[in-house]
Amino acid sequence: MSRLLIRGGRLLDPAAKRDEPGDVLCLDGRIEAVGTDLDVRGAEVVDAEGAWITPGFVDLHAHLREPGQEYKEDIASGGRAAVAGGFTAVACMANTDPVNDDPAMTDFILDRARQDSPAKVYPIAAATRRLEGQLMTEMSALIDAGAVAFSDDGRTIMDSCVMRRVLEYSRLVNVPVIVHCEDRTLVGQGVVNEGAMSTRLGLPGNPGIAETVHVARDVILAEFTGAHLHVAHVSTAGGVASIRAARERGLNVTAEVTPHHLTLTDEETAGFDTNTKVAPPLRSAQDVAACRAGLVDGTIDAIATDHAPHAMHEKDQEFTEAPHGMIGLETAAAVTLDLVRSGELSPLAWVARLSTAPARILRRPGGSLAPGEPADVTVLDPDRRWHYDPAKGYSKSRNSPWAGRDLIGRVVTTIVDGMIVYHVDRGALVP
Amino acid sequence: MSHADPPNGSREIGAQDSKSRSILDDKGIRRALTRIAHEILERNEEPEVLYLVAIPNGGVPLARILASNLAEIAGLEVAVGVLDTTLYRDDLMTSGARPLLRRTEMPSAVDERVVVLVDDVVKTGRTIRAAMDALMDFGRPQAVQVVGLVDRGHRELPIKLDYVGKNVPTHVGEAVRLRGNGSDAEDLLEVVVLPVEENAA
Amino acid sequence: MIGRDLLGIEDLEREDIEKILETAMHMREVGERDVKKVPTLRGRTIVNLFFEASTRTRASFEIAGKRLSADVVNFSPASSSLKKAESILDTARTLDAMDPDAVVVRHAVSGVPRRIADVLGAPVINAGDGAHEHPTQALLDILTVQQEKGRIDGLTVTIVGDIAHSRVARSNIYGFRKMGAEVRVAAPPPMIPADVEALGVKAYTSLRESLDGVDVVMALRIQNERLVGSWFPSVREYSATFGLDRAKLRYARDGAIVMHPGPVNRGVELSHDLADHRPSVILDQVRNGVAIRMAVLYLFAGRHRGGGPFAQQGAQ
Repeated sequence: MSRLLIRGGRLLDPAAKRDEPGDVLCLDGRIEAVGTDLDVRGAEVVDAEGAWITPGFVDLHAHLREPGQEYKEDIASGGRAAVAGGFTAVACMANTDPVNDDPAMTDFILDRARQDSPAKVYPIAAATRRLEGQLMTEMSALIDAGAVAFSDDGRTIMDSCVMRRVLEYSRLVNVPVIVHCEDRTLVGQGVVNEGAMSTRLGLPGNPGIAETVHVARDVILAEFTGAHLHVAHVSTAGGVASIRAARERGLNVTAEVTPHHLTLTDEETAGFDTNTKVAPPLRSAQDVAACRAGLVDGTIDAIATDHAPHAMHEKDQEFTEAPHGMIGLETAAAVTLDLVRSGELSPLAWVARLSTAPARILRRPGGSLAPGEPADVTVLDPDRRWHYDPAKGYSKSRNSPWAGRDLIGRVVTTIVDGMIVYHVDRGALVP
Repeated sequence: MSHADPPNGSREIGAQDSKSRSILDDKGIRRALTRIAHEILERNEEPEVLYLVAIPNGGVPLARILASNLAEIAGLEVAVGVLDTTLYRDDLMTSGARPLLRRTEMPSAVDERVVVLVDDVVKTGRTIRAAMDALMDFGRPQAVQVVGLVDRGHRELPIKLDYVGKNVPTHVGEAVRLRGNGSDAEDLLEVVVLPVEENAA
Repeated sequence: MIGRDLLGIEDLEREDIEKILETAMHMREVGERDVKKVPTLRGRTIVNLFFEASTRTRASFEIAGKRLSADVVNFSPASSSLKKAESILDTARTLDAMDPDAVVVRHAVSGVPRRIADVLGAPVINAGDGAHEHPTQALLDILTVQQEKGRIDGLTVTIVGDIAHSRVARSNIYGFRKMGAEVRVAAPPPMIPADVEALGVKAYTSLRESLDGVDVVMALRIQNERLVGSWFPSVREYSATFGLDRAKLRYARDGAIVMHPGPVNRGVELSHDLADHRPSVILDQVRNGVAIRMAVLYLFAGRHRGGGPFAQQGAQ
């Protein structure tokens, strides 16, 4: 019998709509009791004085690069980065090498995760074979192997008929189809948001309409097919508006937004720092404001990191040559707490968007501190100041625009299945 | 010494007037230039090949007055040129800011001429050396002579002046400047000495 | 205020531009002498790091460096990633270890000179980066107009051509505006970049309207063959709608001059007649190019141990 008591913090449980001081008692990997005056004989104690106690965060969208690009990241290092950021579960995208479009690959990923990852790993399988956007994958077999959703993320399914069939077929297994909305023909060579910034920098622009055109298309297809469409990394005001309209009509459309699209505008690219190069690109101030408003009013359900590690030598190239993406697992909490500090989100609402909503979208347990739930708990000090040096982080890669900045808000302890897997002073445990 | 003068004209900002001391006034300068004009004619048997070359900024009004003197005394139309030496300085890369360039106008060829360099203040001799380097790039003068209105000593190179207006002993750190343009009554020429602290490098 | 590098006109103040122009005018005089050489940069090393091929600009920088007695070294690494043996920043770091006095960089991608300047100790001079900036081109263009018109303040300048892909356009927009001119751009709609008004210019899709009351017309080269058919339909149609000839020039003010960064596509951007005769001042632009580059090398080279070239006179 292993008992763990998390004591003296501020309980934030969105599932129970609970925001009050209290403790959490875990027994044998599950939550045993929540509240004050609990029976704590023989329990290991985690001191949460001055901190928030929340359900473990669930990341809907990360790239763990294994198999195939382990020099950037692997499931072990990605898992450690996740728990260092308070994520007790991470859904990993299929654009590995080889692509996760086959049950054997899904199996491999789960096996690696079991052995080496302190965080739970939910594989997202490809929607089309080899991400080519033509022939659909064996969704039923992939679900049986342990996949939780389907996505061609990294690429877009350009052929509308293929997109239609993929959505239709997904109803067989009743899981979300996660879409990276970018009309590649409109993106062209674009590497920064098309607008005053791309004009100033003289870099090819990626217009917002590349996203809005496909969000609109995919929403219509979702309605037509009745499937669950989940829009990945929304970045434009137009995209948010389409999703809001879809929700008002009761469609089964969900959405996520990244920490960077909530806090950074295309002005960040002024110094040509390739760590600001991301797909979809950092957008205008109006787009950022619309994404924030969308997250606040629930149009956007969840925050997802789109953690995308790349090696230094890859990012150390001309702006047009460097690969897109930034890491984000270890900084997501600090960066998105900005919306709590500004008053736009209550702490409870913020926690919901990092845990309850993503768990619900993936149809996984999580996002709740109710007795009986898996003991996946995050203890976070929202006021703790720290200096972010990615070289000292757990990710193998360092491509973050926040490198060298002082951040506020840090995960103190992360617990997965009742076991402490991360502590800010002791580091991340390897199971 | 013209290195630190402001680019346009020799006039300095009046704030330093209270601490400067005058060592040569307009009358004194003109008297010296009259005497020097005589000396030039005395020394040069073929005055037709003379070529006055002023080193900006200070040398310009002085060369103008000298030319007018030579015309008055000997009816001579002397060629006058202006030769900026900045690009030939030996201290460009070691000092702080890159000095701004000044006008160069050499209307006549230098070959076979007796070039008379005209500078306001001569100290280390480096400006004169730079001027000679520049001259050599323009051609091959028959001879080079030097007019210095004020010789304040402290030579660092073996440069001698052929014609001197006035010898003035000074401290190394002091600055000696020609003020004014001499072109009208409002703009009289004057040579002043500025004390050590106010001396911009 | 200008620092150690010349990366773009956007970073310069008006007085910086004026100082460079004034220095260039003196350098022009050097170019008119018999012996076109001064010893100013003797013993200094200038590296031309040209990732993008360019005979004209490189030759211009080379002549400029040599007239100042510098040792000029040309380094043209292959720019295709397939052929790249060394990354750009590794190349820059290696160069830095050889302690050059200035590195002149040209690259097909915007931002590379800036990234190189971040790692290099030596001053970096941008000879053209992608569609971003080409500062020495704009400086020579401004100098040319100043010589023709006596001033820049109050003039109206129209830049015609593929503005979206043009670094010459951007640098000139910044430069002419800082010097007090009104700047317009004229192009087929897809070639007018997004939010170009944010740069302080008015955009025209009619050449005729853009020329009304204009003192200077700058025609840009139609660059890439890959643009034909997708950004504008054909060279023939471009020439008919935006190509400049004497007849169309009549819409401009009397005495308007015509400029072009070169090389000219005769019959496309400029008629044969305009390409070779007044009021086009293309050869003056080239002459001024060497003078401007001499001025830039004089002001910026060898500076990596001190402050910027416009630090206080007399400050050590």
